[in-house]
Amino acid sequence: MTKNIMIVGVGGQGSLLASKLLGHLLLTEGYDVKVSEVHGMSQRGGSVVTYVRFGEKVYSPVIDKGQADFIVSFEKLEAARYIEYLKVGGRVVVNTQQIDPMPVITGAAVYPENLIEKMEAAGALVDAMDCLTLAEQAGSAKAVNIVLMGRLSRYFDIPVEKWQQAIRECVPLKFVELNLKAFELGRAS
Amino acid sequence: MKELMLGNKALARGLYEAGCGVVSSYPGTPSTEVTEEAARYDEIYCEWAPNEKVALEVAFGASLAGTRSFCGMKHVGLNVAADPLFTCSYTGVNAGMVICVADDAGMHSSQNEQDSRHHAIAAKVPMLEPSDSAEALEFAKKAYELSERFDTPVIIKMCTRIAHSQSVVETGERVMPEPRPYEKNIAKYVMMPGNAIRRHPVIEERTRKLTEYAESCEFNRVEMGGTALGIITSSTSYQYAKEVFGESASILKLGMVNPLPVKLIREFAAKVEKLVVIEELDPIIENHCRQLGLTVSGKDVLPVCGEFFPNMIAEKLGAEVPAHGSIGEPLPGRPPVMCAGCPHRGLFYTLSKNKCTVLGDIGCYTLGAVAPLSAMEMTLCMGASVSAIHGFNKALGGESEKKTVAVIGDSTFMHSGMTGLANIAYNQSNSTVIILDNSITGMTGHQQNPTTGYNIKGDPAGKIDLESLCRAMGFNRVVVVDPYDLAACDRAVKEELAAAEPSVIISRRPCALLKYVKHNPPYHVDSDKCIGCKSCMRLGCPAISIKDGKAVIDATQCVGCGVCAQLCRFDALQA
Repeated sequence: MTKNIMIVGVGGQGSLLASKLLGHLLLTEGYDVKVSEVHGMSQRGGSVVTYVRFGEKVYSPVIDKGQADFIVSFEKLEAARYIEYLKVGGRVVVNTQQIDPMPVITGAAVYPENLIEKMEAAGALVDAMDCLTLAEQAGSAKAVNIVLMGRLSRYFDIPVEKWQQAIRECVPLKFVELNLKAFELGRAS
Repeated sequence: MKELMLGNKALARGLYEAGCGVVSSYPGTPSTEVTEEAARYDEIYCEWAPNEKVALEVAFGASLAGTRSFCGMKHVGLNVAADPLFTCSYTGVNAGMVICVADDAGMHSSQNEQDSRHHAIAAKVPMLEPSDSAEALEFAKKAYELSERFDTPVIIKMCTRIAHSQSVVETGERVMPEPRPYEKNIAKYVMMPGNAIRRHPVIEERTRKLTEYAESCEFNRVEMGGTALGIITSSTSYQYAKEVFGESASILKLGMVNPLPVKLIREFAAKVEKLVVIEELDPIIENHCRQLGLTVSGKDVLPVCGEFFPNMIAEKLGAEVPAHGSIGEPLPGRPPVMCAGCPHRGLFYTLSKNKCTVLGDIGCYTLGAVAPLSAMEMTLCMGASVSAIHGFNKALGGESEKKTVAVIGDSTFMHSGMTGLANIAYNQSNSTVIILDNSITGMTGHQQNPTTGYNIKGDPAGKIDLESLCRAMGFNRVVVVDPYDLAACDRAVKEELAAAEPSVIISRRPCALLKYVKHNPPYHVDSDKCIGCKSCMRLGCPAISIKDGKAVIDATQCVGCGVCAQLCRFDALQA
């Protein structure tokens, strides 16, 4: 059975490292894996989405509506935007950070309230946490991606050592300690 | 060793393993990484050419000389390279020559979603279409064998979802092909009428042989399953068809999409009750089936516009679609924006303030068209701003010349802005062209170009001086401004629009995302001084927002460019 993880956020938040880590780990675990992302225009502060799929044999590189087992989101509004992609009974792991999109900044739109509750009302199991504060505790605001991976790891039957090993293999040497700490904070919180 | 590899990187690996020796490309999403990854192999000479036409001609020269060559581009790039493509189809090759074209159905980062298969058909060259990274690697290697066996350039067509998806590949060793020394052959390589007229029948015969080859080649395969439904498909659509129908349908998967087989399709059609073609964009396989007299479904149910998704295919073809919840209200969009500290912002603010008519071009700065700046009124294709302003001003005359500008990036100017500038100089319109020189090819992810002074590997290279170039073309008025200095921008725009002769303004500051660019400490708001006038909001900077009636600067995004502070009359924005 193919499992589906969507990683969503705002261009420039570091979703590429998160998907690299997941892809590497799942391949090591012996799965067929596909990771799909979009480069280019949308990276300039736009809404970005990465698809990670794994199982015995994976065909489609993308995840469609009603198919995601997990949505991992760097930002609240982005989690809500993709909620239709969640499988019935699927789980959302979301950083509670709010990043205003340009229509909100210019006053053309309002940032919606109570998004966590609205996602729950849509049938999602929501695991929300302030990853930015934890990332800063680990030593860098940029480590939000690995804090999220730490949190996600709780829902997988993969030993923590394997995750740590994957971090060592995917992150430049000088950032390994910082990211291991970010992972631990995300997993333990 | 098994590894997870991006489709584009796998294609580059295939080039390496096939012994490719020369790569020349122009960056364009979603094709760029093929060439970037190829450049990591020291055994391959790689370069960014000024445009796709040049790149294809470089690759042709290398093939002629006896080295396996490659050039890569996005779909619209093949329009630029179409001229050499159509005729090197006639000459054929010496060593193998492979062209990658990456289509962008869904227009994730493009100005149209043309279907590149038309180019292969029109130029009469074979086209392969991989459906995952493993095939991208394998097809790249086999494309060279095909190219040499049939004496033709070969196109590999990628699409966004194959180019930018990682899937599992197994890599091999680099194997160098038998040498193919260059031999003078005027009848084959000099395409003047007397020779070309003899080459055309050769090309028609080649297409006949390639069609025969397509009947049983390894690129095309039948996967028999249930026979109630038979699907002919390729590329990412194949993956979606497998996802939706699994073993319940039979599939003819085409890895070679030009020329298309005849017998293979007829035989497959005879084995199934209902025949459907699943292909993104234009009905090319479908029309081929109809020409063969087959009853087939395709664009009668599936759309011509946009990219496909599994659920859409399931729904249109009567399969089950999974249920899902909904948030139940419209959410604000998150369109891409110019980054905080983007050097283009100051210049576009100036154009907006002066109510200029702005004819734009292709690059990050196309975002100048987005609110609140809304300072761009035309974007067509690479270089069109510089050509079109001449036509615009010739049509409207002096009043237009006083308020109309063309804006074009440094890389786009090198690509095909220079010829338009030559036209202004030669045919004399009083046009004002602004070169947005951010010292890099930005949108595609920071590729070097002829104005940066560095090559694809980041080593020092030839550097074209934009000021000297414009002056040499006959422009007496060439001014350079720093787009972080709003007063200087305003002065330059006003003066050059008022001038009685054509001019070039070079708005010069490196992209704020470049690693070597040092950022200033973030600005902050003195909330006692801020009266909430929102002047700073007119910049559309993603780091500035209004909270409780006052401006707020997001310190994690702000790079301290200071442009907002120049707009504040109350000294509320401070370093």
